[in-house]
Parts: sequence; C-alpha cells; structure tokens
Amino acid sequence: MSARQPRLSRATLALLPVLLALIFTTLVLLVAGANPFEAYGNILAGAFESPRKLADVAVAAVPLLLCSAGGLITYAAGLWNIGIEGQMIAGALATTWLINALPLPSYGLLPLSVLAGLVGGALWGLLAGVLRTFGHVNEIFAGLGLNFVAAALTNYLIFGPWKPPDGATMSGTDPFPQAAWMPTLPNVRMSLITFVLALIAIGTVYVLLRGTHWGLRLKAIGLNAQAARRLGADTTSNMLLAFAVCGALAGLAGSLQATAVYRRLIPQISGGYGYLSLLVVLLSGSRAEWVPLVVFFFSVIQVGSPRLELRLQLDSSLGGVLQASVALFFLLIRGVRERLERKRE
Amino acid sequence: MLHPCSWGPGMKIELHDIKKHFGPVRANDGISLYVDSGTIHGLLGENGAGKTTLMKILAGYQPYDAGGILLNGRLMRFSSPAEAIQAGIGMLHQDPMDFPPLSVLDNFLLGRSKGLAQGRREGEKELGELCQRFGFALDPDVLANSLTVGERQQLELVRLLSLGVQVVILDEPTTGISAPQKKLLFDTLHKLAQEGLSVIFVSHKLDEVESLCSRVTVLRRGKVAGEAVAPLSSDHLVQMMFNQRLSPSTRADVSLGEVVLELQDAAVRTYRLSVEHMSLQVRSGEMIGLAGLEGSGQRLLMQACTGLERLAAGRLSIAGRDMTHEPYARFLEAGVAFVPAARLEEGLVSGLTLCEHAALMARTGDFFVHWKDAEAQAQKMIGDFNIIGRAETMVQELSGGNQQRAILALPHDDLRLLILEHPTRGLDLESTRWIWGKLLQRREQGTAILFTSTDLEELVEYSDRIVVFSGGVMSAPVDAGKITVEELGSMIGGRQQ
Repeated sequence: MSARQPRLSRATLALLPVLLALIFTTLVLLVAGANPFEAYGNILAGAFESPRKLADVAVAAVPLLLCSAGGLITYAAGLWNIGIEGQMIAGALATTWLINALPLPSYGLLPLSVLAGLVGGALWGLLAGVLRTFGHVNEIFAGLGLNFVAAALTNYLIFGPWKPPDGATMSGTDPFPQAAWMPTLPNVRMSLITFVLALIAIGTVYVLLRGTHWGLRLKAIGLNAQAARRLGADTTSNMLLAFAVCGALAGLAGSLQATAVYRRLIPQISGGYGYLSLLVVLLSGSRAEWVPLVVFFFSVIQVGSPRLELRLQLDSSLGGVLQASVALFFLLIRGVRERLERKRE
Repeated sequence: MLHPCSWGPGMKIELHDIKKHFGPVRANDGISLYVDSGTIHGLLGENGAGKTTLMKILAGYQPYDAGGILLNGRLMRFSSPAEAIQAGIGMLHQDPMDFPPLSVLDNFLLGRSKGLAQGRREGEKELGELCQRFGFALDPDVLANSLTVGERQQLELVRLLSLGVQVVILDEPTTGISAPQKKLLFDTLHKLAQEGLSVIFVSHKLDEVESLCSRVTVLRRGKVAGEAVAPLSSDHLVQMMFNQRLSPSTRADVSLGEVVLELQDAAVRTYRLSVEHMSLQVRSGEMIGLAGLEGSGQRLLMQACTGLERLAAGRLSIAGRDMTHEPYARFLEAGVAFVPAARLEEGLVSGLTLCEHAALMARTGDFFVHWKDAEAQAQKMIGDFNIIGRAETMVQELSGGNQQRAILALPHDDLRLLILEHPTRGLDLESTRWIWGKLLQRREQGTAILFTSTDLEELVEYSDRIVVFSGGVMSAPVDAGKITVEELGSMIGGRQQ
C-alpha cells in the first residue's frame, strides 16, 4: 500500500495540472464568448485532420525537442538558462553566414550548416556562461540581454549586409540556394533528417544526465555547488560546458529552422521555441524521458491553435494560454504536494 | 534587575507519554517530562537518543503520534513554530535559522505580526536594550551572514525573547561558539531562569550540563533513562546515557615519515581576516591540532592547505612539490582532502544518494559511470564506517552522526594529508571515540592529519603537536605531550587579551 502511494500521486501530479489548465482555458473561452468544445475540437482537428497537419506537428516538435534537450542540461546544473532563444538565433545566423560564404554542393553544405549551427549556438551559450562565471552576472539577465542582442543583430543583418538585391523586407533574406535545403518528405514540410537529429539529441541528453560522470557532476553542482566543488567537481568548467552544450543544441534548432523550414533567415527565426522549451523542461520535471510526451502535447497545441483564428475568429495566442497555464498549474500542484509532504513528516 | 515583570508569570511544561516514529524508527517512545518555571532543565543523551525530536515537537516543528503537551495544565497542540512562539515556547536550533542576506535588525524584526514602518525604530531600540541587558554586542545594520555562530545565536535568542517567549529551548547551543561566548550564554541563561523563564538545555556534553542545570533528564533510545537533581555526578550520568562506563582510548606510537606539507612564511588575506607568517612542517603520520577561538584564522590555514584559498605571500608545498599557485583540483590529485564542519552546506550534496557520492568521488577518468562499482564502494563505506543507511539513501535523510561518518568515509584511503574541521562536533561520546579510532587508523597508514577542535582535551589527547591561532596570529607548534589542557586554555585565552 505504502509503496503504491507515491506512484499514484506522481500520476496525479502529471494529470491534475492538465485538467486545471483545461478548466482555466475553458473559463477564458467562455468569457471570450466562444464555445469551448468547438475550440478544443478545432485545435485537435487543426493538428490531426490530415497527414500534412500531422507532419506539421513533427516540424514544430523538432526545435522544441532540441531546445528542451539543451535546457535539461543547464537546468541540471541549477542554471536558469533564459538565453536559449538567443542561442537558437545565433545558430541560425552562423548557418546563414556559412551558406552565404561557401557555395558547395548539398552533400558538403548540409553537414557543414549543421556544424555551423552547433558552433554558433555553443559560442552564444558560452558568452552567457562567461558572464555568469567570471562576470558574476546572473544567467537570467545575461541570457535575456543576449536574446535581445541576437534579435537586433538578425534585424541588422537582414536589413544591412544580407539584404536581398531588390530591397529588404520583414520577410527576411532571399531564399538559400537549393543545395542548402534540408530534404523534406514529399508534399509535406517535415524533414526526416531533422526529426531523427532531434530524437538523437534528446536520447543523448538522457544518457548524459543519467549515466555519465559529467551528468552526475552537473547534478551535484545544481544541488549544492559548494559541496560539489569540494568533492572534486569543478564548478566553473562544468558550468561553462553546460552552457556550451545547451547552446549547441539550441543553435542546431535555429540552424534547422533556417535550412529545413524557412529556407532563409527571417527576423523571428527562433519563433519563441526557446522560451517554450523552458516550460517543457519544467513540465517534464526535468526528466528527459518525459520530454517527448510534453513536446508532443505542446506541438499539437502549437499547430492546432492557428485554426481558432480562421474558424472562430479567436486569437491563436489562446494556444499559448493553454500551454503556459499547464506549466503554471504544474508548478502550483508540485508546490502544494511538497507542502503536504512536509506537513506529513 | 531590569523589567522583572516583562514576561509575566513563568510556565510549567508537562510532556506526557510523547510518541513519535519515523518509519520503523521510534524516535520518541513514550517520553514524559516535567519542567518547572524558573529552572534550567538539562536534556542529556547521545546522538539519536530522541532529544531533538522531542524538542521539535514541543516547539511546534513536528507533530507527534501520541501523548500530550500541557502548558500550565492546559492541553496544547501546535501545528507550526509560530503557534508555539505565540504560546510562549521558542527554540534555538543547532544551526541558527536566520536569514543570512538580511541585516541583524531585519532578522530581529522577523516574525512580528505588527506593521512594518512603525516597528523599525522601536525594534532597533528594543534590540539595543536587550543586547545591553545581556552584554551582547550586535550591530543592527550588519548582515547576518557576517556574524559568527555565537552571535547568530545571540540574535536568535533576543528575537525570541522580544516575541515574549517564556520557555527557551536550546539544542546543542555550545557547538561552534567560542569560550567567552559560551560563558556569556550561560550567564544569560542563569539570568533568564532567575526571572522565572524556563530553560531547556539539550546537550550531550556532561560538563556543561553539570555546571548549568539544576535538574537533568537523560534519554536513551527514545526513552527516559533516568532523572537526576543537582549536585550531579558525571559517573551516574554516563551510566544512564550509555548503560556502561567508557574506558580511555589508547594511541599507538607512529613513526613519522617524509615531509608531506610545508608552509614557508605563508599569508592568506581575505576581506574579513588575514593571517600572516604561517610556517609549518607536517610529516607523514603526524597529527596536528589547530586550537583557537572560532574565526581566528584556522579555517584560512586549512583552506590554503587544500588550495581552496590562494596564498597572498609565501610558499606551500605538498610532498616536496611546490603547490603555491596550483588550483584545488591539483591538491585533490596530490592526495589532499578537506572535510568541512558544515555537513550539508559544504560536505555533502543534499539530493544525491550515498552511491552517487561514491561515484562523484571516483577518479576513474571514464566517461560513463560504473554504477556497480559505485554501489560496491558505497557498500564498503557503509560497512567500514558503520553508517546506518543504504547505498540509495539520500544523504540528507541520514542522521547527523551518520552524515559525519559518510563525509569521513568519502576520501580515498591513500591520502597524504587529511584536513578536518571540527571532525567530532555535535557527536556523542561513543561516535566521537569511534571516529577518532578511524582517524588514528588512517594516521597509522601514513596520512598526516590537521584538525580543528574547540574541545581542548581532544586537542591535547590526539595531537602530536598543537598550533594555536589567536586573532589571525599563528603560534609556533607546541608539543602536545608537554602541555596540559589548562596551559592550552590560557594560551588561547591569554593571547586574546
């Protein structure tokens, strides 16, 4: 009996927030004067009605999986890495630069573009790490600041050095040469390569955090940096590495958004996936094995909610309300549960 | 006498057949206790006897399973420490529970239900009065994290008094505070008792209980082992605590080997304290005691010898190799280990298991963790050091004594130099002797040991040589065989003035 109880409450912990978020969103819908069932039906239909839509769910899942995989690493080290968004942008910028600079055939260009994304993101992540470890700037502010810098840099490049010959617009640079396009499945936007890369990333992070000395050190540092250092886990180098690895994964996400989805550099290339991934990490309880499920759930909402605007004249940001309220209720329930457990002791 | 009536009439406490279990462990197994107002009541027992649990129940930190608490004959049940304070019961913890980043005054004002703005000036005045009254020197504007343990304790005590408590519980209050602070604390407790407050003094130190308490209740394994009234006899108390008499330990003579640690005119300078001109040569198998009041520079020496604090001047070498500018990681590789006193702050990582700690310490250089090896290593630690716990037990779930054993079990066997900060602080006699047995064993294997202690007898008994620190000045080493406890005490105290 006593052995079963924690498992029951873990299921409650996972499902109750979803339920509460649905109730909350339903209330918002009612206030907005919409039929909630119609709205939810539209979200689901928008995500599942055709193979094309289903492929779009996979397209949305790729950057979210990659960013969440990175977020898991910095979160394990006790870092609130808000800068994932900027690291994504940096990856996209590095990839765009490489594609502009090297006119190669696709078998050479595609692997290099992936590499450029990894490196660009890693460097941008390291920057936040250096600010944190040597400049004593809290990683939240360092990350946030660097996000703005990355976004401004993108705009400058699109409206400056990289502007199309016939004038710059908010729709971004000219499309990349075809050699730089990640191949997609026929008739859909989904790319098998990027999807597999994302799955490999999350799987690798799972192994890193569970089975390696580095993962254990990060966990120790995240729990108690002072004691971890005394026990031989160097905090500075491990934190920097965590920032770099997280940045690399986010940079890869940005790079793939550019080469597989938009096929150009656009101003909002990160699309909010970096921020969203923080919610994914929180909602998964920072456990890699739960991340794919949460990512799937978020991607469905992401792909399905634009239909609210088309069919019900509701703002599609309602999907964001649903995603964020799930995370908030999750934190709330977890807090309440911890409180109850402490009382029981 | 100042404000004799400010706390109203005293309070009589009756604990009746209190029971509390944690899983299968019966921490309190039917304990009854009566504390009269205006007395200092000792609660004595070895670690794990159930003293802290009982006091946490009385102070509202923990619920109890069965029994009852009567205050002045009225049955009470507290669901939080705040309720207990409102009823007049306040507890001082082993580690003072203040808010380090806040100022002394802010800490003092915490827990008041009155308004914010109007309270500050009055609060400062009240703090000043209370400090003056007991001879405490607390600056209201400094941050609490710059205070010593003793000063934080004083702050917590005046805070509780200002909230109107009539019963003060002190849990092992003398660990980590200096001798003058201890005397001041004892004087204060006598004053409080004279004014009609009840004081419950929890300790495992016989001499303190003997000199302070008018009545003592001895706990053993969650039960009352007996009571005694002053004048107290330590033989009788020991008998009740352990149900046996302890024989003094013997120490094998060890021939000293090569020079392991050498400091040449070294200096460490920090914002709060600087120590200059430290010279010391320690040889393999040698045991060096570091004596002195808390915060006199011992910690800086220890941190310098592990590479956790850089030398500002001078030279440091380990086993003949110059390590003056090397980072902590090189010291670890060279076989130096530092065991700090703050177990869950610096010593162990809460949230990791014993097995994960063993894996963290493994110097394999492999990428993947070999969980089987780590598990075996954890089992070995548990077996060798009699840790009550399992490989998958989170360290914060271990009792204090077992955490200390775990910290001591973690360093590898082939150490050159082991540096220990208060290795037996807060442990009962039996655990203390056991841990010294382990340390003497390491010494026989050739490890040089540096340790601090506030227990002068421990310093004289176990050290080969003793170095005395006083206000940032390090003495030349003294042969421990040629010095008595009294002489050492006067060296520590004499230099202080």
